[in-house]
Amino acid sequence: MTKINDFVVRFANVNGTGSASANSMFAKAIFRMGIPVTPKNIFPSNIQGLPTWYEVRVSEKGYLGRREGIDLMVSVNPQSMLKDVESVRSGGYFMYDSTKPLHKEYIREDITYLGIPLMGICMEQYTDPRQRQLFKNIIYVGALSALLDIEFAVLEQLLAEQFKGKEKLVAPNVQALQLGVKYVKENFTFPLEIRVERRDLVGKRILFDGNGACGLGAVYAGATVAAWYPITPSTSVVEKFEKYAKKFRTDKETGEKNFAIVQAEDELAAIGMVIGANWNGARSFTATSGPGVSLMNEFLGLGYFAEIPAVLIDVQRTGPSTGMPTRTQQSDITISAYASHGDTKHVLLFPSNPKDCFELTADAFDLAERLQTPIIVLTDLDLGMNDHMSEPFEWNPERKYDRGKVYTAEDLENMGRFGRYLDSDGDGIPYRTYPGTHPTKGSYFTRGTSRDEYAVYTEDSAVYVKNMQRLEKKWDTAKEIVPKPYFYQEKNMSPLGVIFFGTSTYSSEEAIDLLREQDVVLDAMQLKAFPFNKDVEQFIEDHEVVFVIEQNRDAQMRSLLINELEINPKKLIRVLNYDGMPITADKIVKEISKNLVTN
Amino acid sequence: MTYIRPTFRHPDLPKNKINFTKKDYEGALSTLCAGCGHDSISGAIAQACFELSVEPHRIAKLSGIGCSSKTPAYFLGNSHGFNSVHGRMPSVATGAYLANRDLLYFGVSGDGDSASIGMGQFVHAIRRNLNMVYLVMNNGCYGLTKGQDSATADNGSKSKAGSVNQFNAIDLVGLSMELGATFVARSFSGDKAQLIPLIKAAIKHPGFAFIDVISPCVTFNNNVGSTKSYDYVREHIEATSTVDFVPIMEEITANYEDSKEITLHDGSALQLQKLHQGWNPEDKLSAMIALQNAKEKGEILTGLVYIEPNTNALHDVLQTAKTPLNILNEDVLCPGIDALEALNESLR
Repeated sequence: MTKINDFVVRFANVNGTGSASANSMFAKAIFRMGIPVTPKNIFPSNIQGLPTWYEVRVSEKGYLGRREGIDLMVSVNPQSMLKDVESVRSGGYFMYDSTKPLHKEYIREDITYLGIPLMGICMEQYTDPRQRQLFKNIIYVGALSALLDIEFAVLEQLLAEQFKGKEKLVAPNVQALQLGVKYVKENFTFPLEIRVERRDLVGKRILFDGNGACGLGAVYAGATVAAWYPITPSTSVVEKFEKYAKKFRTDKETGEKNFAIVQAEDELAAIGMVIGANWNGARSFTATSGPGVSLMNEFLGLGYFAEIPAVLIDVQRTGPSTGMPTRTQQSDITISAYASHGDTKHVLLFPSNPKDCFELTADAFDLAERLQTPIIVLTDLDLGMNDHMSEPFEWNPERKYDRGKVYTAEDLENMGRFGRYLDSDGDGIPYRTYPGTHPTKGSYFTRGTSRDEYAVYTEDSAVYVKNMQRLEKKWDTAKEIVPKPYFYQEKNMSPLGVIFFGTSTYSSEEAIDLLREQDVVLDAMQLKAFPFNKDVEQFIEDHEVVFVIEQNRDAQMRSLLINELEINPKKLIRVLNYDGMPITADKIVKEISKNLVTN
Repeated sequence: MTYIRPTFRHPDLPKNKINFTKKDYEGALSTLCAGCGHDSISGAIAQACFELSVEPHRIAKLSGIGCSSKTPAYFLGNSHGFNSVHGRMPSVATGAYLANRDLLYFGVSGDGDSASIGMGQFVHAIRRNLNMVYLVMNNGCYGLTKGQDSATADNGSKSKAGSVNQFNAIDLVGLSMELGATFVARSFSGDKAQLIPLIKAAIKHPGFAFIDVISPCVTFNNNVGSTKSYDYVREHIEATSTVDFVPIMEEITANYEDSKEITLHDGSALQLQKLHQGWNPEDKLSAMIALQNAKEKGEILTGLVYIEPNTNALHDVLQTAKTPLNILNEDVLCPGIDALEALNESLR
């Protein structure tokens, strides 16, 4: 059966062999042909030697979630070959290096084998061992271009862009592509039943990773101090921040920088620096993953109680503990929402694609300074480390940074006694001053101990309670200013609702379509932030049953909804995936259907 | 607790060069034990800032947790203060310093705060050469939790309850030198004549200035057998030299044979007299030998130990803009929509 622009290709490689750039060129070429793609790295916690996979879903309908069932396996890793053969769907294809004959245990009757002597060709063509390895990757991309009908000119163009400034490298790469094409033309019937056809379905969209978008968002939002400790999968957030900050914020003549980045000794220090910089009036952020959030708890509590802005980007990975460091999950919701001892709660933002990452990171800085509290952006490995097709980035040229309530020297000059924790406006948010503002007015002592409205230490119970109540009032103010949820329908159409957020969005949207084909109609709401506002509450109230789709074992978002909105738990049905792989639409459909039958 | 301080001040209190009186450098009433060494150090800090004519609001005071870390509330009441979390003052100071390079940063910590829970942050602040004063009020015990030994308690030192510490002490002075601190001193809370000029020089130093101040805990560690008691320290103290701070433009008067003058970064100077034999404060090796010799003799070496007057602090290393980062706005920080459109185009 011919499948145009609707299939999954998986590459099985060995980590550290240069396959990544060849594989991403493959995905980008299809994207350039106007066809929606979703590439995903499935990689080990290892630098060299272990199996790694790269999966590309091609979807004419624009579905960007992961899909089970491999249509074409490109097998260049003997270590994982048995598993790779098994994972091809019946009727699919298995491309392999036929330099040596395939062992009979790898033979299946229901799939088509495409043997290309990749190593043989490389041994014949190249003498340098490194070249043999690198060009092997390019040769299979060339072969795939012929088998899947990828336009050769598009690949040539991508190589020209990739090696801009190193033009000498273009010709040998093009030649390697041609070796693959030639072998296919001489040995196979091509193109295959699965293949691509140029379309105009991509428009102005871009292909970019979430971490890069967060880093860029921090540059646009005016972050000047970044402090971090390397941890997978968050590392590239600050690396990209540095890349763009260097590009846009370095004085061309003097080399002076309008930003400072410190690689801290650990996550405790990283968030401490962020708190110190924000206290002193600079926009500052850090990026980490679950284990880092655990370590940052103490400072997050201080930030909440002493009311200091901070932005923390948590690129979630599979926990608990070290867990599966290179696999994805949405499992830091509980720890982030209530980080630190005592009564604390934190504002969370949930981006679901690169454009969201850019915008919500920028918004996080405004919210942090407006609310004078830490803001946690909860992204994940799938979003952070993979390229995603996304709407292009936008920025309102009129946008001014919201620096929140800060008294200037002039304000202080014209007022009576400054009270750091006075609720002058009735919204629970006090005014602050930066150190060094005024010679005799506006100084105060910041502390994690309890204090009165004038920042003077106190152990008076009534004063303590009043302050805690003001913080609660501030929390209510937060509900009104955090991003609102997104509703997929103007008017509710069903007694059944579905809630999702972050990277569960892609597969949830697809599942809603698939269920509709089975006449199951679902109203949908995508959460963008915590605390939940009235709209979230209303949506749940308006439905008999609400499915909550998320990627963790304990249904953490469901628990948060139940806990914060006092919802009858029976009403919220968990739809979970926590195997470390991005959730699929099939899984969601299966879970929801199962519940519909039993209900 | 310390007794009530009179609020009355003589109307003709002497003023410094910028028209502030000593009162402008005082803080809230101390709640530490009467006779606590820390209160003397607070007084010395206020005195040093007064004499240096530092504008109080241009100083940021930072601390961690513990008796020592409470003190920033008791001096420089017109300065912003930050009593952070236990052992984490260095990171908060790093962030603050990065945000605004124009303020003076004064960190106060204790032996528990720096040598135990905060050891990691302490050593990394030194490595990064923050431009700050880092003063440890070192009493060898945990005062706020009633007298447990700290990591700076000497092996063999006896606590008030009678137990003998059996672990080796961490010497923060030796450690900070090993890590490349560019200003290292030790003093004693009972010796203001030495402490005040050291604090002044530390403030003027353009990099990380570390002062370890032995500050006996009158309540929990001032007993016979303790090596951090007033009596023990007085009996075993040995100074590298006498120290005088000479402001810029002021002529150096005395000049003895056995003396040395170190010009600080801004042109002010430290005048050292009665130099310890074989010791040269600008030679790290001789400083380390002096320190080791004193240790072996059971002496507590105080005074300036080591100085590298010209040094590149973190902002110099990072090549940060001269304008403090915290006053930059969207006009300079936001790359704008043309850059964003070009970036979008490159991602298609």
